[in-house]
Amino acid sequence: MDQKPFSQGLLSSEADSQRTLYPYVTGTSVVALKYKDGILMAADMGGSYGSTLRYKSVERMKSIGKHSLLGASGELSDFQEILRYLDELILYDNMWDDGNSLGPKEVHSYLTRVMYNRRNKFNPLWSSLVLGGVKNGEKYLGMVSMIGVHFEDNHVATGFGNHLARPILREEWHENLSFEDGVKLLEKCMRVLLYRDRSAVNKLQIAKITEEGVTVSQPYSLKTFWGFSAFSNPTVGAEGSW
Amino acid sequence: MSSIGTGYDLSVTTFSPDGRVFQIEYAAKAVDNSGTVIGIKCKDGIVLGVEKLITSKMMLPGSNRRIHSVHRHSGMAVAGLAADGRQIVARAKSEATSYESTYGEAIPVKELAQRVASYVHLCTLYWWLRPFGCGVILGGYDRDGPQLYMVEPSGISYRYFGAAIGKGKQAAKTEVEKLKLSEMTCREGIIEVAKIIYKVHDEAKDKAFELEMSWVCEESKRQHEKVPEVLLEEAKVAARLALEEMDAD
Repeated sequence: MDQKPFSQGLLSSEADSQRTLYPYVTGTSVVALKYKDGILMAADMGGSYGSTLRYKSVERMKSIGKHSLLGASGELSDFQEILRYLDELILYDNMWDDGNSLGPKEVHSYLTRVMYNRRNKFNPLWSSLVLGGVKNGEKYLGMVSMIGVHFEDNHVATGFGNHLARPILREEWHENLSFEDGVKLLEKCMRVLLYRDRSAVNKLQIAKITEEGVTVSQPYSLKTFWGFSAFSNPTVGAEGSW
Repeated sequence: MSSIGTGYDLSVTTFSPDGRVFQIEYAAKAVDNSGTVIGIKCKDGIVLGVEKLITSKMMLPGSNRRIHSVHRHSGMAVAGLAADGRQIVARAKSEATSYESTYGEAIPVKELAQRVASYVHLCTLYWWLRPFGCGVILGGYDRDGPQLYMVEPSGISYRYFGAAIGKGKQAAKTEVEKLKLSEMTCREGIIEVAKIIYKVHDEAKDKAFELEMSWVCEESKRQHEKVPEVLLEEAKVAARLALEEMDAD
């Protein structure tokens, strides 16, 4: 990398201020699974500014072309930049007007290249991406991390979802889930995340993609239960605490 | 008709004594030798049609596309040297995407036409570049509705209701002038364009041709796309019928 000239001393060099150092406005987990007709993906609508839950209506899932759905966590401005790249990619694909279109596998591969190459320049796009889709009857679900690690699976999650949601999915996911069962399973995962992830907000969307196309649900909230007896008299056994 | 510009036609940077740049006029001749290209502006959109002359029986139908999408909302039909045309299309695509990157909205058709015209004109200013040997009909749909522009090798660009370039342009222009474009929808426009192209096609000089058509209109959701197969077939049938009726007289 560039040598810092002596004169710069304590000030960071210009080169550094042009690289991503840390994320500013971030989204939390995205969880997705394959079901009978396609892919189901869930993400809440929160954008955190550090520890503040600043933005509460952020759409973190977008359809890409005719066959894919992209969900992202991490830096939201990087997600928007990725959407721009994909928009141009899909535009050029459409302009061929030859009856072919990019499927989820191709988009996933493209995203992997973008993320990995940025990581190699020490200037990553600070996002974890979930890419799902259906093309010609074949379902596809994959993930790309900010350092370019990519893989395909029957169910994926980003961020905290990896620790809290995936164990649930490993136990309860099976082939050919119906739409209702898939949604229930996703809601179960999102509820756990809502209870345990401090950057989760109770306003989520569930998106489904099938051969017919993409539908993103209207935002809604999950029911939560806080009526545990331990919560009603919390200082029992420790007088004076709060 | 042909005035040989002896001595004044060797370079695009030389004017003749009567104020003409012969190289540009020669470039226009390249356009006149290609298959006819027609564009019309209907009530609800644009229709572009190309008479693609088939040089070899072994060519696959649908290959050698002459109409290209430049962005979601606009397309270009090229007449003249095909390779030159590809370059213009590539440049137009790049202008369109860079405009959208900067301004966040699709490039207005007028702006796109100006940029393409500037680019074509650029190549008439330097002795080490030759002018483009192709003319382009550009049609698009933006906030101001459907618009049709034509760009010539000289870099001139005008807005039209109906335009034609190539071999049969005189005959085609006469036919287009007969149409009542302001009352026509694109669906009807497709049939008319097909009829005109079949009519101006010279059976004697050129053997076979393939009809290529595209549109941008309300029906296509303001996106530029190939005319759907079903409608294209209808148009071809109607055109052949009209030709037979004419021949029967």
